[in-house]
Amino acid sequence: MEEIINFTFSVYTENNVGILNRLSAIFLKRHINIESMSVSKSEIENVHRFTFVVNIPEVLARKVAGQLEKQIEVIRAFYHTQDEIIYNETALFKISSEHLYDEKLQKKFKFRRAHILTITENYFVIEASGTKENIDKMYRKLKPYGLLQFVRSGRIAITRPKMAISELLQEFN
Amino acid sequence: MKTLNKEAKQKETAKTVKISGAEAVLNCLLAEGADLAFGYPGGAIMPVYDEIYKYREKFHHVLTRHEQGAIHAAQGFARVTGKPGIVFATSGPGATNLVTGIADAQIDSTPLVCITGQVASHLLGSDAFQETDIIGISTPVTKWNYQVTKASEIPEVIAKAFYIAKSGRPGPVLIDITKDAQFGELDFSYKKCEKIRSYRAIPKFDTKKVKEAATLINSAKKPFIVWGQGVIIGEAEQEFKNFIEKTNIPSACTGLGLSALDTAHPLNVGMVGMHGNYAPNVLTNSCDVLIAIGMRFDDRVTGNLETYAKQAKVIHLEIDPSEIDKNVKTDIAVLGSVKETLVDIMQYVNKGDHSEWMKEFDKLYQIEKETVIDDQLNPIKQGLTMGEVLSGINKETKGDAVIVTDVGQHQMFAWRYANFTKTRSNVTSGGLGTMGFALPAAIGAKLGVPNREVIAIIGDGGYQMTCNELGTILQTRAAVKIVVLNNGYLGMVRQWQELFFDKRYASTEMVSPDFVKLAESYDIEAQRVSSRGNLAQAIKTMVQSKESYFLEVVIEKEDNVFPMIPTGASVSDIRLS
Repeated sequence: MEEIINFTFSVYTENNVGILNRLSAIFLKRHINIESMSVSKSEIENVHRFTFVVNIPEVLARKVAGQLEKQIEVIRAFYHTQDEIIYNETALFKISSEHLYDEKLQKKFKFRRAHILTITENYFVIEASGTKENIDKMYRKLKPYGLLQFVRSGRIAITRPKMAISELLQEFN
Repeated sequence: MKTLNKEAKQKETAKTVKISGAEAVLNCLLAEGADLAFGYPGGAIMPVYDEIYKYREKFHHVLTRHEQGAIHAAQGFARVTGKPGIVFATSGPGATNLVTGIADAQIDSTPLVCITGQVASHLLGSDAFQETDIIGISTPVTKWNYQVTKASEIPEVIAKAFYIAKSGRPGPVLIDITKDAQFGELDFSYKKCEKIRSYRAIPKFDTKKVKEAATLINSAKKPFIVWGQGVIIGEAEQEFKNFIEKTNIPSACTGLGLSALDTAHPLNVGMVGMHGNYAPNVLTNSCDVLIAIGMRFDDRVTGNLETYAKQAKVIHLEIDPSEIDKNVKTDIAVLGSVKETLVDIMQYVNKGDHSEWMKEFDKLYQIEKETVIDDQLNPIKQGLTMGEVLSGINKETKGDAVIVTDVGQHQMFAWRYANFTKTRSNVTSGGLGTMGFALPAAIGAKLGVPNREVIAIIGDGGYQMTCNELGTILQTRAAVKIVVLNNGYLGMVRQWQELFFDKRYASTEMVSPDFVKLAESYDIEAQRVSSRGNLAQAIKTMVQSKESYFLEVVIEKEDNVFPMIPTGASVSDIRLS
């Protein structure tokens, strides 16, 4: 068995209807589960950036990137290992207000990248950001207090290596 | 500067005319040189059909009997002409009926522009009558698709559609146009699309790689070429021939590569793959340099990848970067159009002599001839063989005909035994294996090259999937010749059941209607042949007919197609019986 690696794909695309479908279809046809996904504007005007996180062998990552890039409206598709990126995920935890003054609970997020976003009579919301592991850890610690709601964002990532999209676009034209 | 721009703008405006979206569709197609479409009308595409009526002097529409027939006809047209096939269908079932053909065109790199009607934009997503999300459905099987909701988008989108369908590695494109966009008005002007900033049709050419490949080819003792449809799509037949004739390298083709090189060319050593020839399959695992040209190492070509050409250095000439290393690890990948590469490489390759190596192919060919081919072409058994029918057709057509095949045993026999002297003569459903492809594809092919003989070879199973298209022949009088090789079974599945499922013939025995009467009811002259003595004359009558002609040949019921590489086996473990 080939080693399964956590890859972050950065896919630069035009900003058109239906591209998400086209990209997710590439993962679907190879039966790859998408662990997380986010999409936003990129550093280039009118160019969007999709970030997919998947756990697959390297040889497969290369083939998937090729097939993503083959789509007409995809400018480039890159894939990176964890140590090639600086990344972040954000999570929100909604907890009953009865635990608000629990010192133990306060300690749990005091020194982390977490803070209270809002407090109401019935609940308060903690926002935490960091790596997947940071948030998983936070989740495990807060779970015993009874999470009223929990949500986390897809990964967003900046790569350490250069991704020369602007140059590439110039070259295309 | 300002004034200049203003002038330029006025000039541009002067060229535009106000027309409806539907009329714009027709104008765009005519501007692209497309004056023939295949399709089926319906509610959501009626404004376009109204324009087809008004443009009937300039634009021809072939009404098929089912949308699947329309798209396969367009594929047949595209494959013989190299031009995109044009398809019209309405929304909902009209659009979904195209899906098989779209998938077929995608996997076989066939350029198509499919235009579907869609419910009005204010109804999108409301489950309106005949509404279906054809963009969502067709996304995985199109090279590109787009939903038009405003008339003003039509010229630019259709221009893009043509460019994408034709350029680079061709493929099917689908444009879904809402009914209000067809009715809506726009200021029409048309400009062909020449580039799209996110799309590189042909990858950057790297002379360094060509030189590396040439050096490896020059040093090879046992080089072997496998070429595919890329040679045909890239219109590189002559360049390919020049290359092999200079290097003297034995060359074999994939199923879709057939007809790019004369069957009788001395360097043509046949076909690779599951039912390919013995020598090229076996010697794939003996060559020292494998040169793959415009092909994609389909699993039907390679058999078990773990044992495929492991001893060889692999050179891959390919236009689609995502095909490099997809199935077979390449030592030297030469990206670019095959034509450009083959022109460039000629200055670096030496004149070669591989006559000793060629003898190995001859030796194995003799084995195949004695154990398989003679039995097919000169049978002594009573029942007719598919091979002898093909041989009879070769004799009458001199190998000049376009052979359109369906899917199954007859297809493998046709690939193996049909002679080709002209390129773009093998129209078939290769990658997808779509039964029902041949009859409509043959109609499209005949309308694409009306001066060529077009012969559809079909099994009794596949024929009954689309024989409703006899109606299209009746209406268009397309002089398609139809040969049904009837063995009373879904022959290929039956063969597998015989070999791998202990002869449990589950649902493969097929009872068929009187095919001759069926053809006659469509005013097509027809005959049935069941004895050897009548075969040659029947083929002659068919080929000499100026009209469409139907010939049913009753074939030995349980004949098998050999050689065969069983699934999962190595190419060199190909079975002769």
